[in-house]
Amino acid sequence: MAALLALLLFNLAFTPGFFRLEFKDGHLYGSLIDVVNRAAPVLLVSLGMTLVIATGGVDLSVGAVMAIAGSVAALLLTRSEASLAMVFLVTLGFCGLAGAWNGLLVALFRIQPIVATLILMVAGRGIAQLLTGGQIITVEHEGFSYLGNGYLLGLPLTVTIVVLVFVVAAALTRLTAMGLFIESVGDNETASRYAGINVPAVKLLAYAFCGLCSGVAGLIVASDIKAADANNAGLYLELDAIFAVVIGGTLLTGGRFSLCGSMVGALIIQALTTTILTRGVPVEYTLVVKAIVVLSVCLLQSEALRHLLQRRAAG
Amino acid sequence: MKLRLDRTQVPLLATLVVFVLLYLAAALRYENFFSWTVFVNLLRDNAFLGLTAIGMTFVILSGGIDLSVGAMVGFTSILVAQLAQAHAIHPALAIGTALAAGVAFGAGMGAVIQYFALPPFLVTLAGMFLARGLGFVISLETLTIAHSMYGLIGDFSYHFFPATALLFLGALLVAVYLAHYTPFGRTVYAIGGHEPSALLLGLPVARTKVLIYALSGFCSSLAGVVYTFYTSSGNASAGTMLELDAIAAVVIGGTLLSGGVGYVFGTFIGVLILGVIQTILVFEGTLSSWWTKIVIGLLLLAFILLQRLLQARAHWISKNRR
Repeated sequence: MAALLALLLFNLAFTPGFFRLEFKDGHLYGSLIDVVNRAAPVLLVSLGMTLVIATGGVDLSVGAVMAIAGSVAALLLTRSEASLAMVFLVTLGFCGLAGAWNGLLVALFRIQPIVATLILMVAGRGIAQLLTGGQIITVEHEGFSYLGNGYLLGLPLTVTIVVLVFVVAAALTRLTAMGLFIESVGDNETASRYAGINVPAVKLLAYAFCGLCSGVAGLIVASDIKAADANNAGLYLELDAIFAVVIGGTLLTGGRFSLCGSMVGALIIQALTTTILTRGVPVEYTLVVKAIVVLSVCLLQSEALRHLLQRRAAG
Repeated sequence: MKLRLDRTQVPLLATLVVFVLLYLAAALRYENFFSWTVFVNLLRDNAFLGLTAIGMTFVILSGGIDLSVGAMVGFTSILVAQLAQAHAIHPALAIGTALAAGVAFGAGMGAVIQYFALPPFLVTLAGMFLARGLGFVISLETLTIAHSMYGLIGDFSYHFFPATALLFLGALLVAVYLAHYTPFGRTVYAIGGHEPSALLLGLPVARTKVLIYALSGFCSSLAGVVYTFYTSSGNASAGTMLELDAIAAVVIGGTLLSGGVGYVFGTFIGVLILGVIQTILVFEGTLSSWWTKIVIGLLLLAFILLQRLLQARAHWISKNRR
């Protein structure tokens, strides 16, 4: 949280116009809106990733699932007469199934999450390329491109979608016992089983939800560029999402999670990129800066460093 | 004498069987597949994947993971190219510098993992961003290396084996020796088996863990050097997604991702299996590259399920024996 504030303060002080919001043609414009709009895929994926990581797992396949979502939607829109709602439903169904497949491997076959999702990460992109025949399929569809480029009440539609998914995820985990179950499974699986929690079902749901979120993110990316690019859609996005979750304060070992924290984490990563760009730093430095920021945040969170500092302060 | 198979050797045996079957099927289906040239090419084309996978084997045996290897290949290749071309340093010196940088980078990550108790997954992920980013900072474009030494290495061959293939085989022998005949290797297995026990046994856990990541850094930077031999150029985006292929090769080679169980030789066969799949696709001609990914995914699934099955059976036997 402090990191995002620091970043925003830095921009307030040094980047003129960063906070200026303009109202043009009935839409809001500005760097801040731009940050949220561009961060939408990472925001969505990190929501699903938070729940998966909270169960003590990790999902590497989100980028590949995004590619599958784009490919399925583009195929349906160009090759069939299906209505837009039908297309979204089928696509998200596919992605939910892909997530459930991960969950099945992790929960029932008890395969380590990194390995189980690695399978879909490798094969998923292959499947997406198989669907599109290795080509970039362009989609000329008014309604479809509205999803990634449209505006609702002056705000980009993507922002509305992110808020909507966030509210659904928060309601599912905080208004029902689901959140408690997830934390309990992540904290101590054996104890949860003895307490009568259906551990496999909880895990399966978390992975399926993550697949759904990746599906929505994949649709937004495909709609934004009006095409399905099976090679590059969601490439390396899993890393950004995992970082967002970790920066947001959810431990990789599972247990306690914070959806708000992950949102802030994703925004930090995107704000960092936008800041680098608006400050005129050469693009090739983006990755280096990102690596340094992420590493320092992780170090700050590590117990060892905290002990070291406390000892210094005491002695 | 009855031949008894250790539980840990079954995945290795399965890997071997898959490799032999794949190779035989391809040899029967395609003319000229069963030739010396194809086999040597298999070694040459997969030398840099093989080298990274060897380093990865040690990391995974110790129960960790190293995601930075692909980025290291890109970083090293562009570093060597930049030093040799723009700064006109002799390639041998440039290669030495790059290897030292790789070792230092790996050791740095190992130290952060060990002394700050951060998950290897996360630290090497940051390392991956850093290495890839540093590579892009050096140069965004491909740099060609034009030096007589590179011509010599390119032309060199010993009984048809090109220099890169020999380097790969040499590294393999050294790695087998390291893993099975040195105290370092035994400590790696011990850490992967159960780290607290290794610590209680008085084994040098901290030092070994840093060394493991340094070794992986060395292997991946050596792979980057091999990449420059292979293409006579350096490219900052070389080795993209190579870490996944390396992990896949290690897993298909029968090493347990939870650590403690596996063989360097298995990784070698795992790399060859990935190579044979690629070669088959080339021979087939009509099949597209994405089939590689799908087949590798399926193989991964099959081997992981086999490992689970064996573990479950061992568990069941030990329970019933009591």
